[in-house]
Amino acid sequence: MSESLNFHYDVDGENFVSAGQASVELKKMLRRLGLPPDTIRRLSIAMYEGEINMVIHAGGGAADVEVYEDKVVIRLVDHGPGIADVELAMQEGYSTATDSVRSLGFGAGMGLPNMKRYTDEMSIDSVVGEGTTITMTVYINQ
Amino acid sequence: MTVRELQETFGFGVVAMPQPDRTVSGGYVGDLLSWVMGRAQADQVWITIMSNVNTVAVASLSDVSTVLLAEGVTLDEELVRTAEEKSVNVLCSDLSAFRLAALLGPAV
Repeated sequence: MSESLNFHYDVDGENFVSAGQASVELKKMLRRLGLPPDTIRRLSIAMYEGEINMVIHAGGGAADVEVYEDKVVIRLVDHGPGIADVELAMQEGYSTATDSVRSLGFGAGMGLPNMKRYTDEMSIDSVVGEGTTITMTVYINQ
Repeated sequence: MTVRELQETFGFGVVAMPQPDRTVSGGYVGDLLSWVMGRAQADQVWITIMSNVNTVAVASLSDVSTVLLAEGVTLDEELVRTAEEKSVNVLCSDLSAFRLAALLGPAV
């Protein structure tokens, strides 16, 4: 079975108030599909961190979620500035967020590490000046 | 212990309590949201002074059983509605995060 249910979410780059909307929608949808609570939690947090990153750094973007029988794949696409040094960006505590973002509780340099922590596979495809695509996979019942 | 029992036992204020029967098991203290998402576990009480809209989102996504706002912090009215809509419990107290953790440590 390679058929999947596909869902698309647009992430508004302008405000932190609506940031998280896509993650909350995703969480509700995964609940309706009856996925295990821990799987839902991991996917929702990974999605939220991705969403926040797109709002903070890229002026928004889009998320596509594919739900298969044995796994869920999230693809986050933005046309922001790109990540110059992916290895550095993956280090816990490294952040380029502004002070105003930090005052909201973000910018701890844990976003990308959390996305990796909560997913089984994660790949970052980024070109400076063009944008970033992040693909994350979580296997169900593993 | 349930969220309602926690609230009653320690006399915490109720900001929103849409799910009073959720079980509280352990806790986490922190204000940096990604740190909380990376470290807090489902069903814990999350003690924080961060009280913007993202607090409610992070509580919902992390599956903590309740937020406990320390130092007399509270949510504005619109956020209270958001918390209720998202089934996020939010309690409050005038005590510091340090005092609250010391108080709740043996109980949950």
